[in-house]
Amino acid sequence: MASPSIVEIENVTFGYDAARPALDGVSLRIGAGSVVGIMGQSGCGKTTLLRIIAGWLKAGSGSARVLGERVDKLDSAGIFALRRKMGMLFQFGALFTDMTVFDNVAFQMREHTDLPSDLVNDLVLMKLEAVGLRGAARLMPSELSGGMARRVALARAIALDPQLMLYDEPFTGLDPISLGVIARLIRTLNDSLGQTSIVVSHDVQECFDLVDYVYMMSPAHIVAHGTPAELRRSQEPFVGQFVRGETDGPIPFHYPAPPYQADLEALGHG
Amino acid sequence: MKRSTIDIWVGVFVAAGFAGLLFLALRVGNLTFSTTQAYQVQAKFANIGGLKVRAPIKSAGVVVGRVSDVRFDNESYEAIVTFNIDTHYQFPRDTSAKILTSGLLGEQYVGLEAGGDGVMLKSGDRLRLTQSAVVLENLISQFLFNKAAEGKSDKDGKDGK
Amino acid sequence: MAELLGRLGHTVTSKIWRLGFAARFFAYTLLHSGTALRRFGLTVREIYFAGVMSLVIILVSGMFVGMVLGLQGYETLQRYGSSEALGILVALSLVRELGPVVAGLLFASRAGSAITAEIGLMKATEQIAAMEMMAVDPIARVVAPRFWAGVISMPLLAALFSAMGIFGGYLVGVQLIGVDEGAFWSQMQASVDWREDVLNGVIKSVVFGVAVTWIAVFEGYDAAPTAEGVSGATTRTVVTSSLAILALDFVLTALMFTGGNAR
Repeated sequence: MASPSIVEIENVTFGYDAARPALDGVSLRIGAGSVVGIMGQSGCGKTTLLRIIAGWLKAGSGSARVLGERVDKLDSAGIFALRRKMGMLFQFGALFTDMTVFDNVAFQMREHTDLPSDLVNDLVLMKLEAVGLRGAARLMPSELSGGMARRVALARAIALDPQLMLYDEPFTGLDPISLGVIARLIRTLNDSLGQTSIVVSHDVQECFDLVDYVYMMSPAHIVAHGTPAELRRSQEPFVGQFVRGETDGPIPFHYPAPPYQADLEALGHG
Repeated sequence: MKRSTIDIWVGVFVAAGFAGLLFLALRVGNLTFSTTQAYQVQAKFANIGGLKVRAPIKSAGVVVGRVSDVRFDNESYEAIVTFNIDTHYQFPRDTSAKILTSGLLGEQYVGLEAGGDGVMLKSGDRLRLTQSAVVLENLISQFLFNKAAEGKSDKDGKDGK
Repeated sequence: MAELLGRLGHTVTSKIWRLGFAARFFAYTLLHSGTALRRFGLTVREIYFAGVMSLVIILVSGMFVGMVLGLQGYETLQRYGSSEALGILVALSLVRELGPVVAGLLFASRAGSAITAEIGLMKATEQIAAMEMMAVDPIARVVAPRFWAGVISMPLLAALFSAMGIFGGYLVGVQLIGVDEGAFWSQMQASVDWREDVLNGVIKSVVFGVAVTWIAVFEGYDAAPTAEGVSGATTRTVVTSSLAILALDFVLTALMFTGGNAR
């Protein structure tokens, strides 16, 4: 990865409460034009990391540089300006339920630009065509299937041609066909529009097929990174467990508990 | 777009709301935009009873103005009442003012009785002839005292016989 | 004991914390009302949902409250032989108290709860987050138009409630029972002062409108983004704003009508 870096996270620490850090000394670097996956089990801090990149959460220590700006140092106006160069696809799309598909996609154009309405019209149809849903422009979000809603949300996220796309669990709850469609769209949009994409996911197979590079997290730390092929060959027990989906390993099946025998007796006599 | 139908309904709503306000102000609250001029006249009363600001001032039963101010005079220990009288109604200088009650327990108002003087009242004048409010408690105690006195004299008379 | 005190202290602290946040939220909403007022279409749309959709319940309730006042008032007044004062009784009780208060309570449960639920659900489905991510301030775009719509709608609804109630009292008192029509209206006009009574009633309803919509938008914005969070916030909106209306009504009445020259 010799290309200029779009995101540089250095030694970032963050905690929702002081006792349990959600991120502890995390560093990563994402080059322009690549699709990077951040993977790990649920609750390991990958969404937190995404939120730090989006300027939602402020890192406790360390530095976060996104598109050349220190997001951890920006005020809210600066973050809003930066976000106009970013797009984000939320887990369940997060479409505005009181607007049509067309108005959803047109939302940012109307909020941020003074484009004449016929130009907005053309642009919206173009974005919808890119995700294959031009025919659904007049529908309300409640009339869409889960996969269609995700595609509309994608069209909305790319409305102002962002340089950096963030995908928060884009594959959750989709059928295999919609899932394939979304994965292909992420790749083609990234390459055709010259974006950089960050995909947060725990779907190993889809993600490995899609991305160029993977950062793998276990609670609060990055434990491994490399190309999908490198990680598949990895001998590290954690990576092996995660990639092959084994139930027990470095990540225990059991939530920490007192000894079984003691617990049973305590309850029995309680 | 559904905008236009929403606009119509909101327009109807706002218009109806303002009509309601106007109804309350004009029909219920009797707000009058007429710019009738008024002149102020003062009068002293020994006791105003329950007279309040904005109480009507009537002459021959017709409302000719309203009480605009009630104050206590520290020198004479009397109440000074200011009347706002409509300039349409002119009264002679020797007009007298009474505090009256509408009905037995109704609200109190000021009654004006025109005198015979040739000179008319003007703003800032003071009415000389006033009659205070009839305070029911005083009336009752007076009545009881009289009764008691009567009873006593009757008794005295009987004893005397 | 110490534990109990500690928990009590914690509860009080967190309540005060929340109150402070609510106040800051209110100030922020006022400061970021530019969008709501410049693009007035956004506010008009919310007036439709808050005001127009509450019209039926307000008009029907106003009518019935007025009719009950007419009946009860007549029963009481005719014992003292002053049934002509029915107009005064109906009009004064509606314009001063019942109009703003009952309309406010209805508005809180009809429109206030809807506002809370809507904003809460937008939060639960990440629509608010998506808006922030698209560099649009959700307080300017979502909260402020709803706030102003509530503040504009409430006095209009209260006025319609009072007007409808007086009409209901007129129907029962004059048309049904047979109180003299002329006396009904003229006594009303003679005793109801437009500034003292009508305008003060309008001021009350504006204050209630601010309070109810503020509570509604805040509860929605502060709701936990789950089903329980939203339903709890909706309940809190109705309870808190009803209490706020009654408490504020006492304070405002004390300020307005006991100034010495009240009748």
